[in-house]
Amino acid sequence: MDKQTQFRQQVKTVYRFLLVVFAMVGLITVVGIYLIADPSLSAFKKTTPEPEYITTIEEDEDKIENGVHVRTGLIDAEGLMTVVNNCTNCHSSKLVIQNRMNRERWIATIRWMQETQNLWDLGGNEEIIVNYLVTNYPPNKKGRREVLTDIEWYELQD
Amino acid sequence: MKRRNFVKKTVLSSMATIIGADIVFGSIMPKGYLPLVLQQDPYKMFDKDNGMEVLNDKPWNIEAKAHLLDDKITPNRYMFIRNNGLIPSSIDASKWTLTINGESVKQQKTYSLEELKSKFKQYTYQLTLECGGNGRSEFDPPAKGNQWTVGAVSCAEWTGVRLRDILEDVGITDDAVYIGYHAADTHLSGDPKKEPISRGVPIAKALQEETLLAFKMNGKDIPLAHGYPLRLVAGGWPASASGKWVNRISIRDKVHDGTKMTGTAYRVPCESVAPGDKVKDEDMCIIESMPVKSLITYPKSGAMINKGKKLNIRGHAWAGELEVTKMEYSIDFGATWKECPLEKPLNRLAWHHFSASIDFPKKGYYEVWARATDSNGISQPMVLPGWNPKGYLNNACHRIAVKVK
Repeated sequence: MDKQTQFRQQVKTVYRFLLVVFAMVGLITVVGIYLIADPSLSAFKKTTPEPEYITTIEEDEDKIENGVHVRTGLIDAEGLMTVVNNCTNCHSSKLVIQNRMNRERWIATIRWMQETQNLWDLGGNEEIIVNYLVTNYPPNKKGRREVLTDIEWYELQD
Repeated sequence: MKRRNFVKKTVLSSMATIIGADIVFGSIMPKGYLPLVLQQDPYKMFDKDNGMEVLNDKPWNIEAKAHLLDDKITPNRYMFIRNNGLIPSSIDASKWTLTINGESVKQQKTYSLEELKSKFKQYTYQLTLECGGNGRSEFDPPAKGNQWTVGAVSCAEWTGVRLRDILEDVGITDDAVYIGYHAADTHLSGDPKKEPISRGVPIAKALQEETLLAFKMNGKDIPLAHGYPLRLVAGGWPASASGKWVNRISIRDKVHDGTKMTGTAYRVPCESVAPGDKVKDEDMCIIESMPVKSLITYPKSGAMINKGKKLNIRGHAWAGELEVTKMEYSIDFGATWKECPLEKPLNRLAWHHFSASIDFPKKGYYEVWARATDSNGISQPMVLPGWNPKGYLNNACHRIAVKVK
């Protein structure tokens, strides 16, 4: 590659990069000015699908499917939203779902989080949360060794 | 929806342009990592195989499955991720430093990453790293935490400098007892005063030849999720002792008391207890070397073969600080055991490899169980080992299901 083509390509790269930057700046400016003039997006409300999209998201937030809160995977039962609002801020709901504990140990876990992990005082919600957890995520008996389950059988070729 | 996709694509491509122009990030981050806000696909983000199991996404905890660990040296895409906090978001390796301080140093000293690489001799070792909680899912009563099955173990090739050489250069005093690492990850609560994890090892382990401050994994820069740009690697011990994103090591005149060193974290009852017993903090002892264990990595559980065909199996065995001296398998639930050949690793603290060719006498359902024995004559139990409140150290025999038709 001779120097001229190389230079030309560099110019092209810079040009493309600048184009994207300007486009984004432009976009932000236009949207920003528009928002100042019309913060409620009233002009769009009936003419474009945008508001529809926003409402869809809001609906999706706490959608329940087959008895499961889709966004978190938690079982839909009494106390669900209290658990979602208090127990999925710092860690994933997956940590709750994986675990199985009795009342005493769920409470001990809450205390540990309050003492070491900056969990707030749950007040009256504690009872609701613990009830939800022991009802929906109680310990299951496994014994000294479980039977192998969920085996995916396949023909072994060699 | 269409509009949303369009916006996403546009933003992604323009971000890609920007990232591409930014050499610092472009060179270290796996493709698709940066647009975190837009994309949370852990397989792309961490370059992991789709067969890996995401146990937790805040913090990220991902495990392998037995059959994914078939390689002698574990590649990144099958390496488990265990995080206690949030992965550091912006790392500039050219500005990275490591400080050695604490009660037992003659003087505090700070090295740049470049200095570490140029000043000290570099070594490469294959080192087994297993999460202390690997196998937790099997305990009864269940133990709290990520419910690892069998896949929180790896044996990669780590390259770095010996911690011993650095400590010699710094100068440590005779009262040194323990080292404790400090790192750049952030606490889940976002509290900057809290460390997600700050563990360590006794000074004797710190001074071992194989204890490295590593900057390469399998010949490349360590992937971000595994500790880029600098990781302490102490093979054979709970992997939590191998701190990621390390920027400071304290030489302590007492047992290090950082986060997850105290209480019940990475500790088991000093004296064995009945399942479900309560154990006081002061009766819990720190886990050191990991116990003997093995995995059948081929074939994947669920293989069906025709009668008269041999089944070739293979896998790995490891024993913490010790060597594995014997490997056996059973196809009759432990009634009889057959010894199988064991291949020694290149260096201490790496896993051994075994293989066998099995004949089945009749048609039917079988399980192949594997059992390793360490140089102290201790074998893996067939049932769960001693119950402990946090569900650590489950080294029960691994098994796969086989059907002979």
